[in-house]
Amino acid sequence: MIKVENLRKVFGAKVAVDNVSFTVKKGEVLGFLGPNGAGKSTTMRMVTGFFAPTAGSVSIGGVDMLENPEQAKKSIGYLPENAPLYSDMSVSSFLGFCAELRGLHGAARSKAIDHAIDLCFLQNVRNQSVDTLSKGYRHRTCLAQSLIHDPDILILDEPTDGLDPNQKHEVRALIKRMGEKKAIVFSTHILEEVEAACTRAIIIDRGKIVADGTPDELKRRAPGADSVRVIIRGSGARAEIEKLGCVEKIEATASDDSSLIGRALPTKKSTGAEVAREIGALAALRQWKVEELHHVEGKLDEYFRSITRSDVAA
Amino acid sequence: MKNVFTIFKREFFGYFNSPVAYVILVIFVLAAQGFTFFFGNFLDQGDASLARPFFMWHPWLYIVLAPAVGMKLWSEEYRLGTLELLMTMPIAPWQSILGKYLAAAVVWAIALLLTFPIVWTVFYLGNPDLGPILSAYVASYCYALSCLAVTCAVSAFTRSQVICFIISVAICLLLTLFGMQPIIEAIIKALPSSMEGVVRFIAYLCFLTHYYEMTKGLLVLRDLLYFSSIIAVCLMITAWALQSKRS
Repeated sequence: MIKVENLRKVFGAKVAVDNVSFTVKKGEVLGFLGPNGAGKSTTMRMVTGFFAPTAGSVSIGGVDMLENPEQAKKSIGYLPENAPLYSDMSVSSFLGFCAELRGLHGAARSKAIDHAIDLCFLQNVRNQSVDTLSKGYRHRTCLAQSLIHDPDILILDEPTDGLDPNQKHEVRALIKRMGEKKAIVFSTHILEEVEAACTRAIIIDRGKIVADGTPDELKRRAPGADSVRVIIRGSGARAEIEKLGCVEKIEATASDDSSLIGRALPTKKSTGAEVAREIGALAALRQWKVEELHHVEGKLDEYFRSITRSDVAA
Repeated sequence: MKNVFTIFKREFFGYFNSPVAYVILVIFVLAAQGFTFFFGNFLDQGDASLARPFFMWHPWLYIVLAPAVGMKLWSEEYRLGTLELLMTMPIAPWQSILGKYLAAAVVWAIALLLTFPIVWTVFYLGNPDLGPILSAYVASYCYALSCLAVTCAVSAFTRSQVICFIISVAICLLLTLFGMQPIIEAIIKALPSSMEGVVRFIAYLCFLTHYYEMTKGLLVLRDLLYFSSIIAVCLMITAWALQSKRS
């Protein structure tokens, strides 16, 4: 439904987004990851038609954003960064305004407002003025705005920013639920969120896509992922484990004849889980003393850190 | 057109949800009437006419008050970040521009309508021609709309309402001063005689020159066209500024 090709954005001398391409299909939730200033928001602004790209194309449900912006924007719901709102309106009149701009009038308008208010738990502040709302409510009001016309495509720029843990959980669940019927792109720098809600993730760094895959795939690419950490006391342990068919090699931090401390890496055909099982079985057979036998799955944030660079780390 | 109306409604009620509109309406009505009686010598002129004592002051009030009404049009959108919301809605930019401008324009229509007691007074005191009064009202409204259009354009360049206000006042002031006869004469005298045509041409482009023509009771198509083109140009500049902020 979303097709982005070779998108590029240049501000003066600075290249903010460089040759970014991706597609999002119906039923997919795409997590957009990257350090601050990596170009996440700029990309989203181009996808939603707020910024004109320097080069490249954006197609929304087959409609070109540059050639036919009004048509393309119809099927998008967009939550901009920092959730901007008109501070002089009440929650319901703000949602009514957005509904009207989406072409909903009369009964359809009231129904859309009620539905959006229910979805985002805004019943308590329905008639409250926007500038008296807490940050969490402001954020959800803007989120409600993006859902008001039940769009096929949702673009959410940091949808859980400023929410408390309960609200974060609710919003994640909402995204996951809606993701079954829509195409959703959301950006975040909370990595657990990606595992909780995404079917796919893209990592972007300094304007370029540096990784694209399911959260599980990305986790496995983390340094040291899918290996088995072992501390075993027993004579000849190292030599025997190395001989196992599923073990590629052993990286030992300390080993002598009577003990092994280190990591066992699986072969390409095997998995860390299998290696752990085999070592466990062997240890039982040989009656080694096992102090640690741990399958390291790999963490998304380790992978993230290994391929991106923040300003502070540079 | 529905979208223009939606934008208009939000902007218009926005004026009346805050004190801005009320303060400006009250100041305008009080000042317009006050100047008429205290500085315009309305009662001493011995003539049931509004041309000089009442309408003469309007341009000077607009120079300050029109930017006060218009300064938030786009600056506020930038400051709140809501421009991003507005420009990702399935509407054309011109619909937003027109809707917002019309909202500010209607505020000024209300301001002018509220000056009705002076018209009533002049009819009570004498037997004036309604024609010149109406045409002067049209002229005055054109002046207000032009100052508003200038402010609208300036506000599309800055997120600061204060900067927008100061620059708009300065532009409106210049466009008024260069239309004043004594100032034109002084400039012509100071420059070589070959420049006279240029100065007169610039003076012709100023608001005040056309305003005087119209308040004399001559509702000339030429002057109406002049004000409409000023407004059209300013709204086009607005569109261009908004576009350039997004690319």
